[in-house]
Amino acid sequence: MYYIDPHLHMVSRTTDDYETLAKMGCVAISEPAFWAGFDRGSGESFRDYFRQLTEVEPKRAAQYGIQHFTWLCINAKEAENVELSREVLKIIPEFLDCPNVLGIGEIGLNKNTKNEAIIFQEHMELAIAHQQQVLIHTPHLEDKYQGTRMILDMLGEHSIDRSRVLVDHVEEHTVGPVLEAGYWAGMTLYPVTKCTPSRAVDIIERHGAERLCVNSAGDWGPSKPTAVPDLVLEMRRRGHKESLIKKVVYDNPRDFFSQSKNFNLENPAER
Amino acid sequence: MNSNQILDREFLEIRAKILEVAAALDRIERAEGDVSGEPRMALIAEAIKIIASGHSDPIRAEKIQLLFSRTYDEQWRDEFSIASRS
Repeated sequence: MYYIDPHLHMVSRTTDDYETLAKMGCVAISEPAFWAGFDRGSGESFRDYFRQLTEVEPKRAAQYGIQHFTWLCINAKEAENVELSREVLKIIPEFLDCPNVLGIGEIGLNKNTKNEAIIFQEHMELAIAHQQQVLIHTPHLEDKYQGTRMILDMLGEHSIDRSRVLVDHVEEHTVGPVLEAGYWAGMTLYPVTKCTPSRAVDIIERHGAERLCVNSAGDWGPSKPTAVPDLVLEMRRRGHKESLIKKVVYDNPRDFFSQSKNFNLENPAER
Repeated sequence: MNSNQILDREFLEIRAKILEVAAALDRIERAEGDVSGEPRMALIAEAIKIIASGHSDPIRAEKIQLLFSRTYDEQWRDEFSIASRS
C-alpha cells in the first residue's frame, strides 16, 4: 500500500532508510524542523539547517522516488533561548517560498515554560502573517497533558483556520480535546515515550479516522522510520477495511497537506 | 473481531506484560534501599488498581495517562504573566 509519513526527521537517518521506506510503499514524507540533539549556537546554524531541509533532503529522497516536504521553525526546546529564537524567526521568511516548504513547524512546548509559550505565540503570528499551515509538537510523558491544554488555549487566541493546524503526538488523553476543537491530530509511533501501533489503532477505533494522521517521527534517537507499515499490519490483523487503512496513512495526510500551495504530490498510481 | 477473538490473540501477550511488571517490581524490592515512600511507587500502585478495575466505558489507558500527567491549571497565564492575545 502507498503511504505518506507526515513526520519523519530524515536529516538524522541514513540513505539506506530512504531505500527501505521506498520498498515499503512510502511515496512522500514531511520533515518538520526539530532539535538536533544539541543546542545550536547561532541563527546562522539554522540557516544552514533550513538549506539542508529545502535543498539537500529533497534530492536524497528523490533518488528513491520519495517526495520530500518540510516545515520550518525553531523547535520548542531551543525556544527557551528567546534571543536566538527571534533571530531564527527573522530568517524563516527567506525560505517560505522554497518548493517543498509546507508551513511552520514543529513549533510547540517542551517543558511548558514561559519562554516556550512566548516563542510559540510569535511563531503563530509569523504563520498567520504569511498564510502558512502549522504543525505542532506536544510535550512528552508527564508534560503532555498540561502542554497540550496550554497549546489549545493559545491556539484559541488566534484567528487561524483550524483545519490548517495539526497538533502532533496525541495519545489517549489528548486526542479528544484536539479533535473536538477542530484541529487535525497526529499520532506518533515511537518506542516508550509515545504510541504503539496497537494503541494507535485503539484510538482510531474509539475516535474514528477523521482528521487523524499517523507518523513515525523517526529521528536520531531510538525510533523506527518504518513504523507506519506496522500500523497498516495491525489494522489488517484486526480486520479493518483497506479503504480505512488507506484513509489513515495516505488520504488524510494528503488532504491536510493539500491546503499548502507547495504540496504537489504526484499520484503514485499515475507515475 | 469479537472479544473472544481478541482475548485469544492477546492473552499470551497480556500474560507476558503482566509478568514483566511483576518481575520489575520484585527486582526493585530485592535491591538495596527502600523506595516504598517514593511517589512513583504510589503512582504505579494506583495504575495497577486502574488496570484491575472494571468500567462500563473502557478508558483504562486514558485514565492511566492522566494519572501520570502533571496537573493542568487553566490560570497558567497568570503564573507566567502572559496576557491572552484574544
